[in-house]
Amino acid sequence: MNIADYNFAYLDEQTKRMIRRAILKGIAIPGYQVPFASREMPMPYGWGTGGVQITASIIGPDDVLKVIDQGADDTTNAVSIRAFFKKVADVAVTTETAKATIIQTRHRIPEYPLRAGQTLVYQVPIPEPLRFLEPRETETRKMHALEEYGLMHVKLYEDIAKHGRIATTYAYPVKVEGRYVMDPSPTPKFDNPKMHMSPALQLFGAGREKRIYAVPPFTEVVSLDFEDHPFEIQTFDQPCALCGAENVYLDEVILDDKGGHMFVCSDTDHCEKRQAEGHRGHLAPEAMEPAE
Amino acid sequence: METEAIEGGFANPVFDAQTMFRAVMDAMARPGTIQPCGELTAPPAPLSPVAAAVALALCDADTPLWLDPALQASPAAKHWLGFHTGAPLAHTPADAHFAIVSDPAELIALENFAQGTQEYPDRSTTLILQVPSLSGGETLHLEGPGIETSFAFAPVSLPRHFVEQWKQNRARFPRGVDVILAAPEGVACLPRTTRIKTKEA
Repeated sequence: MNIADYNFAYLDEQTKRMIRRAILKGIAIPGYQVPFASREMPMPYGWGTGGVQITASIIGPDDVLKVIDQGADDTTNAVSIRAFFKKVADVAVTTETAKATIIQTRHRIPEYPLRAGQTLVYQVPIPEPLRFLEPRETETRKMHALEEYGLMHVKLYEDIAKHGRIATTYAYPVKVEGRYVMDPSPTPKFDNPKMHMSPALQLFGAGREKRIYAVPPFTEVVSLDFEDHPFEIQTFDQPCALCGAENVYLDEVILDDKGGHMFVCSDTDHCEKRQAEGHRGHLAPEAMEPAE
Repeated sequence: METEAIEGGFANPVFDAQTMFRAVMDAMARPGTIQPCGELTAPPAPLSPVAAAVALALCDADTPLWLDPALQASPAAKHWLGFHTGAPLAHTPADAHFAIVSDPAELIALENFAQGTQEYPDRSTTLILQVPSLSGGETLHLEGPGIETSFAFAPVSLPRHFVEQWKQNRARFPRGVDVILAAPEGVACLPRTTRIKTKEA
């Protein structure tokens, strides 16, 4: 018997209901971390159990799922989670951002603009943005309750005092709808502006830490900064070496042991699409056939 | 127990619950939009099929349920909900995780329900209001998360002084109740973040 017929989407129905209730509360209170009874999943904590539990709770037979790991569709985490849902929910999977209805992601937001009706599910390791400043849960909860976020600004200020600029480059704290300070998960700060007023629903799941939070569509997401040190995203000196894209997030790839390296798109779907359209970077193989 | 209490649940419990939840999730994420969901249940009156389907999708033994007097007065509706969800009845509205209201016009004030705490604002009541229609009433202009600029929404037979009550609910943020409106054409939601204006400012 097909496992997707026996028990659709792995989780039992009571667990799904519990997670679904937490998701609804998360959407109603943007940026607030809703505690939930995270389950053991058939993969270790730290491999995206929070994201997997959210995806399993929202997915239906008509959904099309895309999974990315640091922007790539073809890395271990992405491949195994995609295969997991293909097996336990028998859903269609894709690597194309535009075709997906649910995109589970580990630490990137696709370059291709998301649309209304899509849901982005983040895998979150540490949901509490204040955790490294205040280890006690009782205290961080009180700080959120009282909207007491001075400590976070002190941390950013200390960056400036030490480095002359805000040196935080990923998991850059944001304020949601003017109320809750939220960890956008360890995405590069390059992606923070994409969260602001996004037409897509964004759900965040932290399995080990047992928290779910959400950013509804068209919600203000503002990166914390100072008037004299405004928030800036990373910029790159050169375009993607394979597709020539500019204004996208690039990964450095080491080519040899003599210091050779190249920068390529972190979003593999975006890069392949551009190459198929005929865009070429300076290291792209000339004779390459357009991708199917 | 009558057979009435047993029949009329989800025909496909797993997929019907997922369909209902996705409708409610999309409605919560885009306040005021009407998410069609069909009639997946056939509950005894005065419970409506859509409100009953929302309850079946979200309620279980972990969620005390408050019923308005009209539903309390119907043993058939109580038995049906008890059989299909296993949810205990809440002693007071402040204990309820969910409240099903068959006659919203006669509803007690929103502040009687659980509002959550400042530390745990999620510990609040979600109200499921059965309304006859999601259009044709007084036009409300909605603003807030989930809405790009402004959204016109005109449900009928909301609780008394709803706009004023909602303003107070909004002022309690992050505490407050969330509302799921269940009508024959589908569900629409008002999360606590939504601001209501009665006329274009």
